[in-house]
Amino acid sequence: MKSTRRSALKATGAFATLVSLGLVTQSQAQAAVDRASFSVKTLDDALKAIGGTPANSDQVTVVSPDIAENGAVVPVGVTSKLPNTTDLYIIIEKNPTPFAAAFMIPAGTLPDVQTRVKMGQSTNVVAVVKADGKLFSATKETKVTLGGCGG
Amino acid sequence: MADPMRIRAALAGDETTVRVLMAHIMEPGTRKDAAGALIPAHFIQDVEASHKGKPVLKAMWSGAVSQNPFLSFKFKGAAKGDKVVVKWVDNKGDSRTDEATIA
Repeated sequence: MKSTRRSALKATGAFATLVSLGLVTQSQAQAAVDRASFSVKTLDDALKAIGGTPANSDQVTVVSPDIAENGAVVPVGVTSKLPNTTDLYIIIEKNPTPFAAAFMIPAGTLPDVQTRVKMGQSTNVVAVVKADGKLFSATKETKVTLGGCGG
Repeated sequence: MADPMRIRAALAGDETTVRVLMAHIMEPGTRKDAAGALIPAHFIQDVEASHKGKPVLKAMWSGAVSQNPFLSFKFKGAAKGDKVVVKWVDNKGDSRTDEATIA
């Protein structure tokens, strides 16, 4: 039943599929954001999906290169020194869909995560951290020589 | 079935650093092929890492994460010889689970 529903949804286009699949899988990933948040188009909407405007904090660090030669593979990390950090979010401001990744940090795990993301052009990388239910952020600019989002 | 993940988990002091390299095309759904048609999105949506049945990290990703994604994180409370299990699920419902022993 699931598979027929899925294939039926595919016909309605990639965007609808994304959103609908998000609803299907939402219960598996018990998170503060839902799947639809990943398809928003602007930084402001991405922040809204997370739950408001974060305060700048020097306790949050974005690890991202100053210049990335290849936008398809840019190492990005987020660390937080705030106690009770529960969520980390990575937002790539100028990507077609800025909301790149969310990480849920259970107790015992350090708020220190690294991954690699794509960047379409030179952009600010915004790290948002949720600690004690409040949002904090840090921003770093990365210049991209060759974009990695195609189109 | 997707290729296996490469997982390294190393204990230093009381912190375990886990590094994972997954094999996945991570197609964002925004690129076009030579004929100008959109290439359908195909990327890992959910990642979950656990230690002794207890989750140590959950991640939700978009297509903006790079091809063959790399993930690194640290957690406390593990001992050498324990297993770390990592599972991912992509937007087409494929999934893969692999485990590594903490060294």
